[in-house]
Amino acid sequence: MKIAMPVSEKSIDSYINNTFGRANYFLIYDTESESSVFIDNTAAASQGGAGISAAQILVDQNIDSLITPRCGKNSAEVFENSNIKLYRSIAGAIKENIELLKEGKLNELTEIHAGFHGVGRNNNRGRGRR
Amino acid sequence: MNIAVLSGKGGTGKTFISVNLSEVAGNSTYIDCDVEEPNGHLFFKPTNITRNSIYVNIPEVDNNICTGCKKCVGFCKFNALAYTNKVLVFEDVCHSCGGCSIICPANAITEKKKEIGIVEKGISNNVSVISGIMNIGEVSGVPIIKESLKYIDNNNYNIIDCPPGSSCIVMDSIKDADYCILVAEPTIFGSHNLNMVYDLVKLFNKPHGVVLNKYTDKNNPIEEFCNEKNINILEKIYFDKSIGNLNSNGEIVSRVNDKYKELFSSLLEKVTKEVWHAEITNP
Ligand code: SF4
Ligand code: SF4
Repeated sequence: MKIAMPVSEKSIDSYINNTFGRANYFLIYDTESESSVFIDNTAAASQGGAGISAAQILVDQNIDSLITPRCGKNSAEVFENSNIKLYRSIAGAIKENIELLKEGKLNELTEIHAGFHGVGRNNNRGRGRR
Repeated sequence: MNIAVLSGKGGTGKTFISVNLSEVAGNSTYIDCDVEEPNGHLFFKPTNITRNSIYVNIPEVDNNICTGCKKCVGFCKFNALAYTNKVLVFEDVCHSCGGCSIICPANAITEKKKEIGIVEKGISNNVSVISGIMNIGEVSGVPIIKESLKYIDNNNYNIIDCPPGSSCIVMDSIKDADYCILVAEPTIFGSHNLNMVYDLVKLFNKPHGVVLNKYTDKNNPIEEFCNEKNINILEKIYFDKSIGNLNSNGEIVSRVNDKYKELFSSLLEKVTKEVWHAEITNP
């Protein structure tokens, strides 16, 4: 099974990043070979749609599961269409999260965030009508 | 004559100034380009409303023809497409550039129409009231603004109530303006916000001046800022509780209060003279 995680450093001893689409790297961990590979998240610098593009990168890596603290609505749709399971990370080290997933102790991520599109006004200001 | 009213952020009184200028201009057109939150109509309460839907094109993929080459996914700079076992189109991220349907080697992508908002036209006394209204969740109001600006009447005054800030959507709103009025509140944050729109009007080389709203005689960082940068202060509108009350009741102050009718008429006159002057010196 191939598990992906958003990370900010290229080290198996570091921690899970607290965002998904804008993480610096993704760690791809293969439970059979116990190997880890770090790939650049080229989507991080996108102006918009970073989550969609980041999800595409992981789909192309044929991962089975993603461990992440959060996930946007659009990225979640990409994962759902690829039968990739989302698990909610437990704050802390990468290794710890991998162990917990292997033991079946991580919960599925069900709470999905609506997109922001970098606009913001719709979220914090009332509208004149409708 | 087209007068655009701008401010660096919402809530400075941009709509208040625009609405009252249109009111004192008599036969005029008020165009609300603040498409995310058009409020001018709440004051004008226009009647004889007609509505126009505004559409953009969104790609539609025929997955029976699609070969899965992912060229479209790589092409879209807005990341509105993804490929899993079929192409997924994220309509709320798509900017309708039309590129993906052109580059698809299999011709699997066609375009369909999607409504992103409406332009409403009505009348209030002698003012034509145009409101661009964008549907919630849309990415770009530019097509709605373009349509709203088609109502500009070259024989009369057109007052353009711009979206707050200085993003590209504001640039679209001021393109046709003969003059830009920058509205600011006299606070230190006000200077920062004013600076952003000031840079924008300078970039577009538009004649401009500032209206200081909610003015008090206390120390005024924004007035200092204007003096430093040599920005023309057109008018100081003193903080006045009664305006606030009329405003929150949706009344047009210059319709019901002679003092403000005079103030806005004189503001309009100043701006008109500035435009004439600019036309003479910069034909
Ligand atoms: S470019 Fe055309 S053929 Fe290629 S994946 Fe996109 S829709 Fe399918
Ligand atoms: S029309 Fe343009 S923005 Fe929309 S999906 Fe196609 S390439 Fe992306």
